[in-house]
Amino acid sequence: MTPLEALKAATLLLLAALLQVSIVTPLEVASGHPDLVLVLVIAIALVRGPLFGSVAGFWAGLAVDVASFATLGLSSLLLTLAGYWAGRFGEATTRASPYPPLIAVGLGTGWIVLGSGVLHFMLGEGASATQLLGPVLVPTLALNLLLTLPVYRLARRLFPVAPRERREAVALV
Amino acid sequence: MRARAVAFALVLLSLALLTVYFRESSDGVLHGAQRIAVSVLTPFEVAGERIVRPFRDAWGWGSDVLNAKDENEKLRAEVEELRRQAILNETAAEENAELRRALEYVGGPRFPDDFRPVVTRIIVQPQNVFRQEVVIAAGSSNGIRRDDPVVTDEGLVGTVAEVTPNSAKVRLLIDQQSAASALVVETKATGIVQRGLSENTLSLDRVPKDERVEEGNTVVTAGTRVEEYESLYPRGIPVCVVASVSQRDIDAFKTIQCVPLVDFDSLREVIVLVEKRRAKR
Repeated sequence: MTPLEALKAATLLLLAALLQVSIVTPLEVASGHPDLVLVLVIAIALVRGPLFGSVAGFWAGLAVDVASFATLGLSSLLLTLAGYWAGRFGEATTRASPYPPLIAVGLGTGWIVLGSGVLHFMLGEGASATQLLGPVLVPTLALNLLLTLPVYRLARRLFPVAPRERREAVALV
Repeated sequence: MRARAVAFALVLLSLALLTVYFRESSDGVLHGAQRIAVSVLTPFEVAGERIVRPFRDAWGWGSDVLNAKDENEKLRAEVEELRRQAILNETAAEENAELRRALEYVGGPRFPDDFRPVVTRIIVQPQNVFRQEVVIAAGSSNGIRRDDPVVTDEGLVGTVAEVTPNSAKVRLLIDQQSAASALVVETKATGIVQRGLSENTLSLDRVPKDERVEEGNTVVTAGTRVEEYESLYPRGIPVCVVASVSQRDIDAFKTIQCVPLVDFDSLREVIVLVEKRRAKR
């Protein structure tokens, strides 16, 4: 990770957080809305690995929590773990196939919805499981999957992996 | 190994942030830092909200069209012809109508005497089902303080939860942490209005069983009743209409469900009530 790449990722994720809070979230489809930040964090993590992914997740979560005036640390915690896991998953899979991003975003969406449900419940702000699983999870999952491939392509273009790094990643697996 | 250590450290940092933020008061260090960061981001959010408004209206309009599948071919053709014009006009017309309604309300007899209005836009809508909070484009530089009541011409919206110079977080009445002392207009029965059993509903709790409350009754804020426990809300702001009333032998109070008079799904502009007494100080 070079300083320029870190700056590029930080700017992109901050922009995504602002877009998410002021533009994407109000566009509700059947009680769900696309999670652009999650999809972007997972795409970056798949391309650049768990270290970059977890830092990107932490930064993006912090940006979302600040921009939406929400409880600090909540989104950071969930997105750090999502970024780390997606990075590990990316190391173990081929980058040419379209399936790993879709699988990672699918699992990541489930993790974010259920994880935020548990955290909010622990903070005394519970919502019913039926309210989360049906009306929120299903449309959010569908919308995130629609976003996945374009965002993943963008991430691959903006954060290309050097051949040497790729060989090292494969050797690790 | 390094990645795992960094991820672990970031998780610990997130948990520390979460714990400190949750436990500290709203005057704490993290809340203060967040307010500064929000002040920096607010202009971008305001710009984003302005840019997206026509698209959001177009989106809403498109959704409405999709729901009208049974319309005949002639009507569809007319809708198609009007679509472009409607999208262009809708944003301006909606904003105009909302501001007009707000002005009529502010100048009308229903507006509380001891307050001055701050009419403002919502720039961030609720982000999830857990927290029913919005961010508005006005803050302490407009005289707004924490706990100021927020209304529309339809009724009570909520209270200001946090303030920065140019924005403020408003906790909606349908949030789990909101409550307001309330009064049934027709029978003078009093209780506490809180979030109801389902999304976007309210319940009127702690109404004794011997009080009379009927479907269709109007519930308004009770206002200050005891000097040492001053209510956050002025008296007489409409809150909801009673939808159902029941009572069980084992319960001490009636079970009353209400429909809010404010449509929380389509909130765009709100009015913050700033105490005149405080504004002069």
